[in-house]
Amino acid sequence: MVVAIGFEGSANKLGIGIVRDGEVLANCRRTYITPPGEGFLPRETARHHREVILQVLQEALDTSKLSPTEIDVVCYTKGPGMGGPLYSTAIVARTIAQLWRKPIVGVNHCIGHIEMGRLVTKCDNPTVLYVSGGNTQVIAYSRKKYRIFGETIDIAVGNCLDRFARVLMLSNDPSPGYNIEQEAKKGKKFLVLPYVVKGMDVSFSGILSYIEERAPSLIEKGEYTPADLCYSLQETIFAMLVETTERAMAHCGSNEVLIVGGVGCNVRLQEMMGQMCQERGATLYATDERFCIDNGAMIAHAGALMFSSGQTTEWKDTFVTQRYRTDAVEVTWR
Amino acid sequence: METDITDDFTLWKQGAEARLFTGNYLGKSSVMKERFTKSYRNSTLDAYLTKERIKAEAKTLVRCRSAGIPTPTLYLVDFERKRIVMENLENSLTVKDYIIQLSETDDSNNNLNELEFISQEIGRLLGKMHSANIIHGDLTTSNMLVTQDNGSVRLHLIDFGLSYVQQSSEDKAVDLYVLERALLSTHSNVAQMFGAILNAYQLVFKDKAKEILKKLSDVRARGRKRDMIG
Ligand SMILES: Nc1ncnc2c1ncn2[C@@H]1O[C@H](COP(=O)(O)OP(=O)(O)OP(=O)(O)O)[C@@H](O)[C@H]1O
Ligand SMILES: [Mg+2]
Repeated sequence: MVVAIGFEGSANKLGIGIVRDGEVLANCRRTYITPPGEGFLPRETARHHREVILQVLQEALDTSKLSPTEIDVVCYTKGPGMGGPLYSTAIVARTIAQLWRKPIVGVNHCIGHIEMGRLVTKCDNPTVLYVSGGNTQVIAYSRKKYRIFGETIDIAVGNCLDRFARVLMLSNDPSPGYNIEQEAKKGKKFLVLPYVVKGMDVSFSGILSYIEERAPSLIEKGEYTPADLCYSLQETIFAMLVETTERAMAHCGSNEVLIVGGVGCNVRLQEMMGQMCQERGATLYATDERFCIDNGAMIAHAGALMFSSGQTTEWKDTFVTQRYRTDAVEVTWR
Repeated sequence: METDITDDFTLWKQGAEARLFTGNYLGKSSVMKERFTKSYRNSTLDAYLTKERIKAEAKTLVRCRSAGIPTPTLYLVDFERKRIVMENLENSLTVKDYIIQLSETDDSNNNLNELEFISQEIGRLLGKMHSANIIHGDLTTSNMLVTQDNGSVRLHLIDFGLSYVQQSSEDKAVDLYVLERALLSTHSNVAQMFGAILNAYQLVFKDKAKEILKKLSDVRARGRKRDMIG
Protein backbone atom coordinates (compact mmCIF):
# COMPACT_ATOMS: atom_id res chain seq x y z
CA MET A 1 0.00 0.00 0.00
CA VAL A 2 1.34 3.41 -0.98
CA VAL A 3 0.21 6.73 0.43
CA ALA A 4 1.37 9.63 -1.72
CA ILE A 5 1.05 13.39 -1.44
CA GLY A 6 1.16 15.38 -4.67
CA PHE A 7 1.97 19.04 -5.32
CA GLU A 8 0.78 20.69 -8.51
CA GLY A 9 1.48 24.30 -9.47
CA SER A 10 2.49 24.37 -13.13
CA ALA A 11 -0.04 27.04 -14.14
CA ASN A 12 -2.58 29.17 -12.27
CA LYS A 13 -3.90 26.37 -10.06
CA LEU A 14 -2.21 25.35 -6.86
CA GLY A 15 -3.31 21.88 -5.81
CA ILE A 16 -2.30 19.41 -3.13
CA GLY A 17 -3.78 15.94 -3.05
CA ILE A 18 -3.30 12.79 -1.00
CA VAL A 19 -3.96 9.39 -2.54
CA ARG A 20 -3.86 5.91 -0.99
CA ASP A 21 -3.72 3.14 -3.58
CA GLY A 22 -5.90 5.01 -6.04
CA GLU A 23 -8.27 6.24 -3.35
CA VAL A 24 -8.39 10.04 -3.19
CA LEU A 25 -8.21 11.09 0.48
CA ALA A 26 -7.80 14.80 -0.18
CA ASN A 27 -7.69 17.03 -3.24
CA CYS A 28 -7.49 20.70 -2.31
CA ARG A 29 -7.04 23.55 -4.74
CA ARG A 30 -6.87 27.33 -5.12
CA THR A 31 -7.04 29.16 -8.44
CA TYR A 32 -5.35 32.44 -9.21
CA ILE A 33 -7.98 34.51 -10.98
CA THR A 34 -7.10 37.67 -12.90
CA PRO A 35 -9.45 40.55 -13.85
CA PRO A 36 -11.38 40.33 -17.16
CA GLY A 37 -9.19 41.03 -20.17
CA GLU A 38 -6.01 39.94 -18.36
CA GLY A 39 -4.09 36.69 -18.46
CA PHE A 40 -1.98 35.33 -15.62
CA LEU A 41 1.72 36.11 -15.62
CA PRO A 42 4.46 33.91 -14.13
CA ARG A 43 5.61 36.27 -11.39
CA GLU A 44 2.15 37.03 -9.96
CA THR A 45 1.07 33.42 -10.30
CA ALA A 46 4.14 32.23 -8.40
CA ARG A 47 3.39 34.76 -5.68
CA HIS A 48 -0.17 33.46 -5.44
CA HIS A 49 1.10 29.89 -5.02
CA ARG A 50 3.58 30.91 -2.33
CA GLU A 51 0.87 32.74 -0.42
CA VAL A 52 -1.63 29.87 -0.32
CA ILE A 53 0.50 26.74 -0.38
CA LEU A 54 0.97 26.18 3.36
CA GLN A 55 -2.70 26.76 4.02
CA VAL A 56 -3.64 24.27 1.27
CA LEU A 57 -1.14 21.77 2.67
CA GLN A 58 -2.71 21.97 6.12
CA GLU A 59 -6.15 21.62 4.58
CA ALA A 60 -5.09 18.51 2.64
CA LEU A 61 -3.60 16.87 5.73
CA ASP A 62 -6.71 17.70 7.78
CA THR A 63 -9.06 16.36 5.10
CA SER A 64 -7.12 13.13 4.76
CA LYS A 65 -6.98 12.68 8.54
CA LEU A 66 -3.42 11.43 8.11
CA SER A 67 -0.28 12.55 9.82
CA PRO A 68 2.95 13.09 7.85
CA THR A 69 4.37 9.85 9.27
CA GLU A 70 1.70 7.89 7.41
CA ILE A 71 2.78 9.30 4.04
CA ASP A 72 5.21 7.18 2.01
CA VAL A 73 6.26 9.46 -0.80
CA VAL A 74 6.21 13.13 -1.78
CA CYS A 75 5.40 13.86 -5.43
CA TYR A 76 5.59 17.16 -7.28
CA THR A 77 5.14 18.44 -10.82
CA LYS A 78 8.50 18.62 -12.50
CA GLY A 79 7.10 20.14 -15.70
CA PRO A 80 6.00 21.20 -18.23
CA GLY A 81 4.60 24.56 -17.21
CA MET A 82 5.56 28.06 -16.16
CA GLY A 83 8.96 28.32 -14.51
CA GLY A 84 8.14 30.53 -11.53
CA PRO A 85 4.98 28.73 -10.39
CA LEU A 86 6.59 25.30 -10.90
CA TYR A 87 9.58 26.35 -8.86
CA SER A 88 7.59 27.87 -5.99
CA THR A 89 5.63 24.66 -5.65
CA ALA A 90 8.59 22.30 -5.99
CA ILE A 91 10.47 24.11 -3.23
CA VAL A 92 7.78 23.30 -0.70
CA ALA A 93 7.62 19.67 -1.85
CA ARG A 94 11.39 19.37 -1.49
CA THR A 95 11.30 20.96 1.94
CA ILE A 96 8.67 18.66 3.39
CA ALA A 97 10.33 15.61 1.83
CA GLN A 98 13.42 16.51 3.84
CA LEU A 99 11.54 17.48 6.98
CA TRP A 100 9.50 14.28 6.94
CA ARG A 101 12.41 12.19 5.61
CA LYS A 102 10.44 10.82 2.68
CA PRO A 103 11.53 9.84 -0.83
CA ILE A 104 10.58 12.30 -3.58
CA VAL A 105 9.28 11.74 -7.10
CA GLY A 106 9.18 14.35 -9.89
CA VAL A 107 6.13 13.80 -12.09
CA ASN A 108 5.40 14.81 -15.66
CA HIS A 109 2.25 16.91 -15.54
CA CYS A 110 0.74 15.34 -18.68
CA ILE A 111 1.32 11.83 -17.35
CA GLY A 112 -0.48 12.95 -14.18
CA HIS A 113 -3.55 13.86 -16.22
CA ILE A 114 -3.52 10.62 -18.17
CA GLU A 115 -3.08 8.32 -15.16
CA MET A 116 -5.73 10.16 -13.16
CA GLY A 117 -8.11 9.87 -16.09
CA ARG A 118 -7.46 6.14 -16.34
CA LEU A 119 -7.97 5.73 -12.61
CA VAL A 120 -11.20 7.70 -12.35
CA THR A 121 -12.87 6.32 -15.49
CA LYS A 122 -11.39 2.80 -15.25
CA CYS A 123 -10.68 2.71 -18.98
CA ASP A 124 -7.95 0.39 -20.09
CA ASN A 125 -6.00 1.47 -23.14
CA PRO A 126 -7.58 4.62 -24.52
CA THR A 127 -6.56 7.04 -27.21
CA VAL A 128 -6.05 10.16 -25.12
CA LEU A 129 -6.99 13.70 -26.03
CA TYR A 130 -5.14 16.00 -23.69
CA VAL A 131 -6.47 19.52 -23.93
CA SER A 132 -5.63 22.36 -21.58
CA GLY A 133 -4.46 25.94 -21.43
CA GLY A 134 -0.90 24.92 -22.22
CA ASN A 135 -1.20 21.62 -24.08
CA THR A 136 -3.05 20.00 -26.93
CA GLN A 137 -2.01 16.45 -27.75
CA VAL A 138 -3.49 13.26 -29.16
CA ILE A 139 -1.72 10.41 -27.42
CA ALA A 140 -1.61 6.65 -27.85
CA TYR A 141 0.21 4.22 -25.57
CA SER A 142 2.60 1.82 -27.18
CA ARG A 143 5.70 -0.01 -26.05
CA LYS A 144 6.34 1.71 -22.70
CA LYS A 145 5.69 5.25 -23.87
CA TYR A 146 2.74 7.58 -24.16
CA ARG A 147 3.36 8.54 -27.75
CA ILE A 148 2.24 11.82 -29.20
CA PHE A 149 0.29 11.11 -32.34
CA GLY A 150 -0.74 14.67 -33.03
CA GLU A 151 -0.40 18.01 -31.30
CA THR A 152 -0.75 21.72 -31.76
CA ILE A 153 2.04 23.35 -33.69
CA ASP A 154 1.48 26.74 -32.09
CA ILE A 155 -0.82 27.71 -29.21
CA ALA A 156 -2.87 25.29 -27.10
CA VAL A 157 -6.61 25.02 -27.54
CA GLY A 158 -7.30 26.40 -24.06
CA ASN A 159 -5.02 29.32 -24.73
CA CYS A 160 -6.93 30.07 -27.93
CA LEU A 161 -10.27 30.06 -26.06
CA ASP A 162 -8.87 32.09 -23.16
CA ARG A 163 -7.44 34.73 -25.43
CA PHE A 164 -10.68 35.09 -27.31
CA ALA A 165 -12.53 35.42 -24.00
CA ARG A 166 -10.23 38.34 -23.22
CA VAL A 167 -11.07 40.00 -26.53
CA LEU A 168 -14.75 39.82 -25.54
CA MET A 169 -13.88 40.88 -21.98
CA LEU A 170 -15.54 37.80 -20.50
CA SER A 171 -14.84 37.02 -16.86
CA ASN A 172 -11.88 34.81 -15.86
CA ASP A 173 -13.97 33.35 -13.04
CA PRO A 174 -14.00 30.38 -12.73
CA SER A 175 -12.13 30.26 -16.04
CA PRO A 176 -12.37 32.12 -19.33
CA GLY A 177 -13.01 28.85 -21.17
CA TYR A 178 -16.01 28.11 -18.96
CA ASN A 179 -17.51 31.48 -19.81
CA ILE A 180 -16.93 30.98 -23.54
CA GLU A 181 -18.79 27.69 -23.22
CA GLN A 182 -21.76 29.40 -21.55
CA GLU A 183 -21.83 32.13 -24.23
CA ALA A 184 -21.57 29.57 -27.02
CA LYS A 185 -24.75 27.87 -25.82
CA LYS A 186 -26.66 30.99 -26.88
CA GLY A 187 -24.98 31.20 -30.28
CA LYS A 188 -26.92 30.33 -33.44
CA LYS A 189 -25.27 31.81 -36.49
CA PHE A 190 -22.17 30.03 -37.72
CA LEU A 191 -19.23 31.97 -39.08
CA VAL A 192 -16.92 29.92 -41.29
CA LEU A 193 -13.42 30.11 -39.81
CA PRO A 194 -10.16 28.64 -41.09
CA TYR A 195 -9.99 24.90 -40.36
CA VAL A 196 -6.34 24.04 -39.92
CA VAL A 197 -5.34 20.39 -39.69
CA LYS A 198 -1.82 19.65 -40.93
CA GLY A 199 -1.22 15.95 -41.04
CA MET A 200 -2.06 14.83 -37.52
CA ASP A 201 -1.27 18.24 -36.09
CA VAL A 202 -3.58 21.17 -35.54
CA SER A 203 -2.94 24.89 -35.50
CA PHE A 204 -4.99 27.52 -33.69
CA SER A 205 -3.06 30.77 -33.96
CA GLY A 206 -4.33 31.56 -37.47
CA ILE A 207 -7.93 30.96 -36.41
CA LEU A 208 -7.47 33.16 -33.38
CA SER A 209 -6.05 36.09 -35.31
CA TYR A 210 -8.73 35.68 -37.98
CA ILE A 211 -11.56 35.93 -35.46
CA GLU A 212 -9.82 38.53 -33.29
CA GLU A 213 -9.45 40.82 -36.28
CA ARG A 214 -13.04 40.51 -37.40
CA ALA A 215 -14.90 40.25 -34.10
CA PRO A 216 -15.21 43.97 -33.22
CA SER A 217 -16.68 45.02 -36.57
CA LEU A 218 -18.90 41.93 -36.95
CA ILE A 219 -20.39 42.64 -33.53
CA GLU A 220 -20.68 46.36 -34.11
CA LYS A 221 -22.47 45.93 -37.44
CA GLY A 222 -24.84 43.53 -35.73
CA GLU A 223 -23.99 40.69 -38.12
CA TYR A 224 -22.88 38.33 -35.38
CA THR A 225 -23.35 38.41 -31.62
CA PRO A 226 -20.49 37.59 -29.25
CA ALA A 227 -22.39 34.37 -28.54
CA ASP A 228 -22.40 33.47 -32.26
CA LEU A 229 -18.65 33.97 -32.38
CA CYS A 230 -18.01 31.83 -29.30
CA TYR A 231 -20.19 29.16 -30.83
CA SER A 232 -18.39 29.28 -34.20
CA LEU A 233 -14.98 29.19 -32.57
CA GLN A 234 -15.86 26.19 -30.37
CA GLU A 235 -17.52 24.27 -33.20
CA THR A 236 -14.51 24.75 -35.45
CA ILE A 237 -11.67 23.99 -33.09
CA PHE A 238 -13.44 21.09 -31.41
CA ALA A 239 -14.22 19.56 -34.80
CA MET A 240 -10.48 19.65 -35.55
CA LEU A 241 -9.73 17.88 -32.29
CA VAL A 242 -12.40 15.22 -32.73
CA GLU A 243 -11.25 14.58 -36.27
CA THR A 244 -7.59 14.05 -35.38
CA THR A 245 -8.56 11.89 -32.41
CA GLU A 246 -10.70 9.75 -34.68
CA ARG A 247 -7.90 9.36 -37.19
CA ALA A 248 -5.52 8.26 -34.44
CA MET A 249 -8.13 5.73 -33.25
CA ALA A 250 -8.71 4.43 -36.75
CA HIS A 251 -5.01 3.92 -37.29
CA CYS A 252 -4.35 2.30 -33.91
CA GLY A 253 -7.54 0.23 -33.96
CA SER A 254 -8.56 1.69 -30.62
CA ASN A 255 -12.13 1.81 -29.32
CA GLU A 256 -11.75 3.98 -26.25
CA VAL A 257 -11.19 7.71 -25.96
CA LEU A 258 -10.19 9.48 -22.79
CA ILE A 259 -10.37 13.27 -22.61
CA VAL A 260 -8.16 14.89 -19.98
CA GLY A 261 -7.01 18.42 -19.17
CA GLY A 262 -8.97 21.54 -18.30
CA VAL A 263 -10.70 21.97 -21.67
CA GLY A 264 -11.91 18.38 -21.19
CA CYS A 265 -14.60 19.74 -18.83
CA ASN A 266 -16.23 21.46 -21.78
CA VAL A 267 -19.54 19.68 -22.20
CA ARG A 268 -19.81 20.54 -25.88
CA LEU A 269 -16.43 18.94 -26.59
CA GLN A 270 -17.51 15.86 -24.64
CA GLU A 271 -20.76 15.77 -26.57
CA MET A 272 -19.03 15.99 -29.96
CA MET A 273 -16.49 13.36 -29.00
CA GLY A 274 -19.33 11.19 -27.67
CA GLN A 275 -21.15 11.39 -31.00
CA MET A 276 -18.03 10.43 -32.88
CA CYS A 277 -17.51 7.48 -30.54
CA GLN A 278 -21.09 6.33 -30.83
CA GLU A 279 -20.86 6.35 -34.62
CA ARG A 280 -17.86 4.07 -34.55
CA GLY A 281 -18.93 1.87 -31.68
CA ALA A 282 -16.32 3.25 -29.31
CA THR A 283 -16.62 4.47 -25.72
CA LEU A 284 -15.88 7.94 -24.43
CA TYR A 285 -14.40 8.46 -21.00
CA ALA A 286 -14.27 11.90 -19.45
CA THR A 287 -13.95 13.31 -15.96
CA ASP A 288 -15.47 16.32 -14.25
CA GLU A 289 -13.74 19.51 -13.11
CA ARG A 290 -12.36 17.96 -9.89
CA PHE A 291 -10.01 15.79 -11.88
CA CYS A 292 -9.71 17.22 -15.38
CA ILE A 293 -8.61 20.60 -14.12
CA ASP A 294 -5.05 20.61 -12.71
CA ASN A 295 -5.04 19.11 -9.24
CA GLY A 296 -2.73 17.59 -6.66
CA ALA A 297 -4.32 14.15 -6.56
CA MET A 298 -3.27 13.41 -10.13
CA ILE A 299 0.35 14.14 -9.29
CA ALA A 300 0.10 11.99 -6.15
CA HIS A 301 -1.45 9.12 -8.09
CA ALA A 302 1.01 9.17 -11.01
CA GLY A 303 3.87 9.58 -8.54
CA ALA A 304 2.61 6.59 -6.54
CA LEU A 305 2.55 4.46 -9.69
CA MET A 306 6.13 5.46 -10.44
CA PHE A 307 7.18 4.85 -6.85
CA SER A 308 5.53 1.40 -6.74
CA SER A 309 7.39 0.40 -9.88
CA GLY A 310 10.66 1.31 -8.18
CA GLN A 311 11.23 4.87 -9.31
CA THR A 312 12.30 7.72 -7.08
CA THR A 313 13.93 10.96 -8.13
CA GLU A 314 17.47 11.53 -6.95
CA TRP A 315 17.97 14.68 -4.98
CA LYS A 316 20.15 16.26 -7.65
CA ASP A 317 17.37 15.72 -10.20
CA THR A 318 14.59 17.35 -8.23
CA PHE A 319 14.59 20.47 -10.37
CA VAL A 320 11.75 21.76 -12.54
CA THR A 321 11.66 22.14 -16.30
CA GLN A 322 9.35 24.26 -18.44
CA ARG A 323 9.55 21.83 -21.34
CA TYR A 324 9.03 18.19 -20.57
CA ARG A 325 7.53 16.01 -23.27
CA THR A 326 4.93 13.35 -22.52
CA ASP A 327 6.93 10.88 -24.62
CA ALA A 328 10.13 11.56 -22.66
CA VAL A 329 8.84 9.44 -19.77
CA GLU A 330 9.56 5.71 -19.65
CA VAL A 331 6.33 4.10 -18.46
CA THR A 332 7.57 1.54 -15.94
CA TRP A 333 4.20 0.82 -14.37
CA ARG A 334 2.24 -0.53 -17.34
CA MET B 1 -37.35 7.15 -63.15
CA GLU B 2 -33.69 7.89 -62.87
CA THR B 3 -31.72 4.75 -62.23
CA ASP B 4 -28.67 4.92 -60.09
CA ILE B 5 -25.79 3.31 -61.92
CA THR B 6 -24.35 2.30 -58.61
CA ASP B 7 -27.50 0.57 -57.35
CA ASP B 8 -25.92 -2.84 -57.31
CA PHE B 9 -23.01 -1.98 -55.06
CA THR B 10 -22.81 -3.74 -51.72
CA LEU B 11 -21.44 -2.37 -48.50
CA TRP B 12 -17.91 -3.59 -47.85
CA LYS B 13 -16.19 -1.53 -45.17
CA GLN B 14 -16.80 1.43 -42.97
CA GLY B 15 -13.90 3.87 -42.67
CA ALA B 16 -13.54 6.97 -40.53
CA GLU B 17 -15.25 9.32 -42.94
CA ALA B 18 -16.64 7.09 -45.59
CA ARG B 19 -18.43 3.87 -46.36
CA LEU B 20 -16.87 1.71 -49.01
CA PHE B 21 -18.94 -0.40 -51.38
CA THR B 22 -17.83 -2.87 -54.01
CA GLY B 23 -19.58 -3.62 -57.26
CA ASN B 24 -19.47 -3.25 -61.00
CA TYR B 25 -19.22 0.05 -62.75
CA LEU B 26 -19.42 -0.13 -66.55
CA GLY B 27 -18.26 -3.69 -66.38
CA LYS B 28 -15.27 -3.00 -64.18
CA SER B 29 -14.77 -4.24 -60.65
CA SER B 30 -15.00 -1.04 -58.61
CA VAL B 31 -14.98 0.52 -55.19
CA MET B 32 -17.44 3.26 -54.34
CA LYS B 33 -16.38 5.56 -51.53
CA GLU B 34 -19.26 7.48 -50.06
CA ARG B 35 -18.54 10.12 -47.44
CA PHE B 36 -21.12 10.44 -44.73
CA THR B 37 -22.24 13.33 -42.59
CA LYS B 38 -20.40 13.62 -39.32
CA SER B 39 -23.17 14.37 -36.89
CA TYR B 40 -20.78 15.86 -34.34
CA ARG B 41 -19.88 18.62 -36.75
CA ASN B 42 -21.80 21.82 -37.40
CA SER B 43 -23.74 21.18 -40.62
CA THR B 44 -22.32 24.16 -42.54
CA LEU B 45 -18.79 23.13 -41.63
CA ASP B 46 -19.53 19.50 -42.43
CA ALA B 47 -20.92 20.25 -45.88
CA TYR B 48 -17.95 22.48 -46.64
CA LEU B 49 -15.33 19.95 -45.49
CA THR B 50 -16.98 17.02 -47.22
CA LYS B 51 -17.08 18.84 -50.54
CA GLU B 52 -13.47 19.98 -50.20
CA ARG B 53 -12.34 16.45 -49.50
CA ILE B 54 -14.16 14.84 -52.39
CA LYS B 55 -12.66 17.49 -54.62
CA ALA B 56 -9.18 16.92 -53.22
CA GLU B 57 -9.41 13.16 -53.49
CA ALA B 58 -10.63 13.21 -57.10
CA LYS B 59 -8.11 15.82 -58.22
CA THR B 60 -5.16 14.09 -56.65
CA LEU B 61 -6.09 10.64 -57.94
CA VAL B 62 -5.93 12.08 -61.44
CA ARG B 63 -2.77 14.03 -60.75
CA CYS B 64 -0.99 10.96 -59.35
CA ARG B 65 -1.93 8.98 -62.41
CA SER B 66 -0.31 11.47 -64.71
CA ALA B 67 2.76 11.59 -62.48
CA GLY B 68 3.08 7.81 -62.72
CA ILE B 69 2.24 7.12 -59.10
CA PRO B 70 0.20 3.94 -58.66
CA THR B 71 -3.28 4.77 -57.35
CA PRO B 72 -6.73 3.37 -58.18
CA THR B 73 -8.09 4.78 -61.45
CA LEU B 74 -10.88 7.27 -60.88
CA TYR B 75 -14.13 6.44 -62.68
CA LEU B 76 -16.76 8.83 -61.37
CA VAL B 77 -17.27 11.81 -59.08
CA ASP B 78 -20.72 12.60 -57.72
CA PHE B 79 -20.80 15.60 -55.40
CA GLU B 80 -24.53 15.36 -54.88
CA ARG B 81 -24.31 11.89 -53.40
CA LYS B 82 -20.94 12.64 -51.85
CA ARG B 83 -19.13 9.81 -53.55
CA ILE B 84 -16.53 8.71 -55.99
CA VAL B 85 -16.17 5.45 -57.87
CA MET B 86 -12.71 4.06 -58.54
CA GLU B 87 -10.90 0.94 -59.60
CA ASN B 88 -10.98 -1.92 -57.12
CA LEU B 89 -7.46 -3.06 -56.29
CA GLU B 90 -8.50 -6.64 -55.79
CA ASN B 91 -6.85 -8.81 -53.19
CA SER B 92 -4.97 -5.90 -51.79
CA LEU B 93 -3.74 -5.53 -48.25
CA THR B 94 -2.97 -2.36 -46.34
CA VAL B 95 0.75 -1.93 -45.67
CA LYS B 96 -0.12 -1.93 -41.99
CA ASP B 97 -1.62 -5.42 -42.22
CA TYR B 98 1.12 -6.55 -44.55
CA ILE B 99 3.80 -5.64 -42.00
CA ILE B 100 1.88 -7.29 -39.19
CA GLN B 101 1.52 -10.40 -41.33
CA LEU B 102 5.26 -10.41 -42.03
CA SER B 103 6.09 -10.15 -38.37
CA GLU B 104 3.82 -13.11 -37.59
CA THR B 105 5.50 -15.52 -39.98
CA ASP B 106 8.58 -17.38 -38.88
CA ASP B 107 11.14 -16.91 -41.61
CA SER B 108 12.86 -13.94 -39.97
CA ASN B 109 15.60 -13.54 -42.56
CA ASN B 110 13.17 -13.31 -45.38
CA ASN B 111 10.98 -10.96 -43.35
CA LEU B 112 13.77 -8.48 -42.94
CA ASN B 113 14.28 -8.50 -46.67
CA GLU B 114 10.61 -7.99 -47.32
CA LEU B 115 10.45 -5.19 -44.78
CA GLU B 116 13.48 -3.54 -46.33
CA PHE B 117 11.92 -3.93 -49.75
CA ILE B 118 8.56 -2.48 -48.83
CA SER B 119 10.25 0.41 -47.01
CA GLN B 120 12.25 1.23 -50.12
CA GLU B 121 9.12 1.08 -52.20
CA ILE B 122 7.37 3.47 -49.83
CA GLY B 123 10.32 5.85 -49.97
CA ARG B 124 10.52 5.74 -53.73
CA LEU B 125 6.82 6.38 -54.14
CA LEU B 126 6.76 9.25 -51.69
CA GLY B 127 9.79 10.79 -53.37
CA LYS B 128 7.99 10.65 -56.65
CA MET B 129 4.80 12.02 -55.16
CA HIS B 130 6.58 14.91 -53.47
CA SER B 131 8.58 15.76 -56.55
CA ALA B 132 5.20 16.23 -58.25
CA ASN B 133 4.39 18.60 -55.35
CA ILE B 134 1.59 16.38 -54.12
CA ILE B 135 1.10 16.42 -50.36
CA HIS B 136 -0.89 13.44 -49.11
CA GLY B 137 -2.06 14.89 -45.80
CA ASP B 138 -2.76 11.57 -44.06
CA LEU B 139 0.24 9.40 -44.72
CA THR B 140 -0.22 6.31 -42.61
CA THR B 141 0.41 2.68 -43.42
CA SER B 142 -3.38 2.27 -43.47
CA ASN B 143 -3.49 4.43 -46.56
CA MET B 144 -1.04 2.40 -48.61
CA LEU B 145 -2.10 -0.80 -50.31
CA VAL B 146 -0.02 -3.75 -51.41
CA THR B 147 -0.98 -6.05 -54.25
CA GLN B 148 0.89 -9.23 -54.95
CA ASP B 149 0.83 -11.17 -58.15
CA ASN B 150 3.18 -14.01 -58.93
CA GLY B 151 5.43 -12.99 -56.12
CA SER B 152 5.90 -9.43 -57.27
CA VAL B 153 4.82 -6.85 -54.73
CA ARG B 154 3.31 -3.56 -55.85
CA LEU B 155 2.53 -0.54 -53.76
CA HIS B 156 -0.38 1.89 -54.26
CA LEU B 157 -1.42 5.06 -52.48
CA ILE B 158 -5.03 5.76 -51.51
CA ASP B 159 -7.22 8.06 -49.42
CA PHE B 160 -6.41 11.53 -50.74
CA GLY B 161 -9.16 13.50 -49.00
CA LEU B 162 -6.65 15.70 -47.19
CA SER B 163 -4.25 16.07 -50.06
CA TYR B 164 -3.24 19.24 -51.85
CA VAL B 165 -0.59 20.65 -54.14
CA GLN B 166 2.23 22.58 -52.53
CA GLN B 167 5.83 23.28 -53.43
CA SER B 168 7.12 24.10 -49.97
CA SER B 169 9.55 21.77 -48.22
CA GLU B 170 7.77 22.32 -44.94
CA ASP B 171 4.55 20.67 -46.08
CA LYS B 172 6.50 17.71 -47.44
CA ALA B 173 8.36 17.41 -44.17
CA VAL B 174 5.07 17.39 -42.26
CA ASP B 175 3.86 14.59 -44.54
CA LEU B 176 6.92 12.52 -43.62
CA TYR B 177 6.50 13.36 -39.96
CA VAL B 178 2.93 12.05 -39.95
CA LEU B 179 4.24 8.81 -41.40
CA GLU B 180 6.99 8.56 -38.84
CA ARG B 181 4.58 8.91 -35.96
CA ALA B 182 2.09 6.53 -37.49
CA LEU B 183 4.90 3.97 -37.75
CA LEU B 184 5.96 4.63 -34.16
CA SER B 185 2.57 3.79 -32.80
CA THR B 186 1.95 0.64 -34.79
CA HIS B 187 5.15 -1.04 -35.80
CA SER B 188 8.15 -2.03 -33.73
CA ASN B 189 10.95 -1.95 -36.33
CA VAL B 190 10.36 1.71 -36.91
CA ALA B 191 13.85 3.12 -36.83
CA GLN B 192 15.01 0.67 -39.41
CA MET B 193 11.93 1.08 -41.59
CA PHE B 194 11.84 4.84 -41.50
CA GLY B 195 15.56 4.98 -42.22
CA ALA B 196 15.11 2.82 -45.28
CA ILE B 197 12.16 4.92 -46.39
CA LEU B 198 14.15 8.14 -46.14
CA ASN B 199 17.11 6.63 -47.98
CA ALA B 200 15.01 5.60 -50.92
CA TYR B 201 13.17 8.92 -50.77
CA GLN B 202 16.46 10.77 -51.08
CA LEU B 203 17.60 8.64 -53.99
CA VAL B 204 14.65 9.54 -56.16
CA PHE B 205 14.19 13.08 -54.97
CA LYS B 206 17.89 14.04 -55.07
CA ASP B 207 18.81 17.69 -54.26
CA LYS B 208 15.47 18.83 -52.94
CA ALA B 209 15.37 15.96 -50.42
CA LYS B 210 18.20 17.39 -48.32
CA GLU B 211 16.24 20.52 -47.63
CA ILE B 212 13.13 18.52 -46.78
CA LEU B 213 15.00 16.25 -44.36
CA LYS B 214 16.42 19.32 -42.69
CA LYS B 215 12.90 20.70 -42.39
CA LEU B 216 11.83 17.32 -40.97
CA SER B 217 14.12 17.78 -38.01
CA ASP B 218 12.71 21.29 -37.50
CA VAL B 219 9.19 19.89 -37.61
CA ARG B 220 10.12 17.18 -35.10
CA ALA B 221 11.53 19.84 -32.78
CA ARG B 222 8.50 22.08 -33.14
CA GLY B 223 6.50 20.46 -30.37
CA ARG B 224 9.59 20.28 -28.19
CA LYS B 225 10.38 23.94 -28.48
CA ARG B 226 6.89 25.14 -27.83
CA ASP B 227 6.44 26.65 -24.42
CA MET B 228 3.70 24.99 -22.51
CA ILE B 229 2.40 28.03 -20.81
CA GLY B 230 -1.21 28.78 -20.47
N1 LIG C 1 -9.59 1.35 -54.62
C1 LIG C 1 -9.51 0.46 -53.63
N2 LIG C 1 -9.27 -0.82 -53.89
C2 LIG C 1 -9.21 -1.71 -52.90
N3 LIG C 1 -9.36 -1.42 -51.60
C3 LIG C 1 -9.61 -0.15 -51.27
C4 LIG C 1 -9.70 0.86 -52.26
N4 LIG C 1 -9.96 2.03 -51.64
C5 LIG C 1 -10.03 1.76 -50.34
N5 LIG C 1 -9.82 0.46 -50.08
C6 LIG C 1 -9.87 -0.19 -48.76
O1 LIG C 1 -10.74 0.53 -47.89
C7 LIG C 1 -10.06 1.04 -46.76
C8 LIG C 1 -10.55 2.43 -46.42
O2 LIG C 1 -10.38 3.30 -47.51
P1 LIG C 1 -9.97 4.83 -47.34
O3 LIG C 1 -8.69 4.91 -46.63
O4 LIG C 1 -10.05 5.50 -48.66
O5 LIG C 1 -11.18 5.34 -46.43
P2 LIG C 1 -11.17 6.03 -44.98
O6 LIG C 1 -10.04 5.60 -44.16
O7 LIG C 1 -12.52 5.98 -44.47
O8 LIG C 1 -10.79 7.39 -45.49
P3 LIG C 1 -11.22 8.89 -45.24
O9 LIG C 1 -10.43 9.32 -44.10
O10 LIG C 1 -10.86 9.57 -46.51
O11 LIG C 1 -12.68 8.84 -44.97
C9 LIG C 1 -8.60 0.98 -47.15
O12 LIG C 1 -7.77 0.82 -46.05
C10 LIG C 1 -8.55 -0.22 -48.08
O13 LIG C 1 -8.46 -1.40 -47.31
MG1 LIG D 1 -7.89 5.72 -44.74
